[in-house]
Amino acid sequence: MKFAVIQFPGSNCDQDCIAAINGLEGLRAEYVWHKETSLDNFDAIVLPGGFAYGDYLRCGAIARFSPIMRAVTSDARAGKLVLGTCNGFQILCEAGLLPGALVRNRSLRFVCDMVATRVEVDDSPFTHGCQKGSLLRLPIAHGEGCFFANAETLRALNDNRQVILRYADSRGRIVPKSNPNGSIENIAGICNRERNVFGLMPHPDRASDARLGSADGAKIFRSMMQTISANSATLERAKQVA
Amino acid sequence: MKVKVLVRPKAAVLDPQGNAVRDAMRHLGMPEVRSVRIGKYMEIEADGENGELESRLHGLCRDLLSNPVIEDYELLKEKPAKRRRSK
Repeated sequence: MKFAVIQFPGSNCDQDCIAAINGLEGLRAEYVWHKETSLDNFDAIVLPGGFAYGDYLRCGAIARFSPIMRAVTSDARAGKLVLGTCNGFQILCEAGLLPGALVRNRSLRFVCDMVATRVEVDDSPFTHGCQKGSLLRLPIAHGEGCFFANAETLRALNDNRQVILRYADSRGRIVPKSNPNGSIENIAGICNRERNVFGLMPHPDRASDARLGSADGAKIFRSMMQTISANSATLERAKQVA
Repeated sequence: MKVKVLVRPKAAVLDPQGNAVRDAMRHLGMPEVRSVRIGKYMEIEADGENGELESRLHGLCRDLLSNPVIEDYELLKEKPAKRRRSK
């Protein structure tokens, strides 16, 4: 199973993503330069963290017009799994593949920390390997990670169970103190309505090995892998029946 | 065509940078300052003067120069330098 890791000029977590994915049995990751135009050979797409195009104008504002984004958009619409971490999340929001936007941290500080996030949805393609209410310990490193959505969008996100992760304290409570950046309702990660595009500010790629302080990030990649193999098995069965 | 583009954070969006500047202004002896909102200002020069170019500029204001989720934009057309040529 092959994952694409998109490299934009200014991506800096592309190697972390490759290492994290290649560290899992059954998964292989390859770089795809942002000037490429096809992702046909890949089972899933990862938009890594960093500072694509120097974050000029707004984070992700220019990257979302990179040639590869046409393929990302059309593959996402066709149902392929797309994961955006940190800057990748910002790009997905700018591209309109995810609702809302990420703005300057309320503290105005760049935060670099290990945080706890609570799994709000355990049947998404990205988190079905996690128990609902369980905590994932993941690192964050961003200056513009404050999730914003207007009231209507926020209601839709909650009604459709699109909020996948929220910042929590060590006991799993969603409290202001555990909110590192001022995100509305402690939102750390959301998916689209169709549930195949997931963006989060924390870095699962930097937490895929216990030696890094947490291996919880690997659960997300593993969930993706299981989703894809389950889907292709269903597809195979359908083919046999037909 | 010369245009100026103003990009402002929407009212519902928190502007911590503006708040920090507001606080600094108060500290510097201006307690009257009620609020500061910080946006972006761009000066753009483009070849041509027609309405079609302007509407394309508006398109890019929406798609690239601002993010409608969090910002509003205003496109201000600068009058051509030579008065005689204006209708």
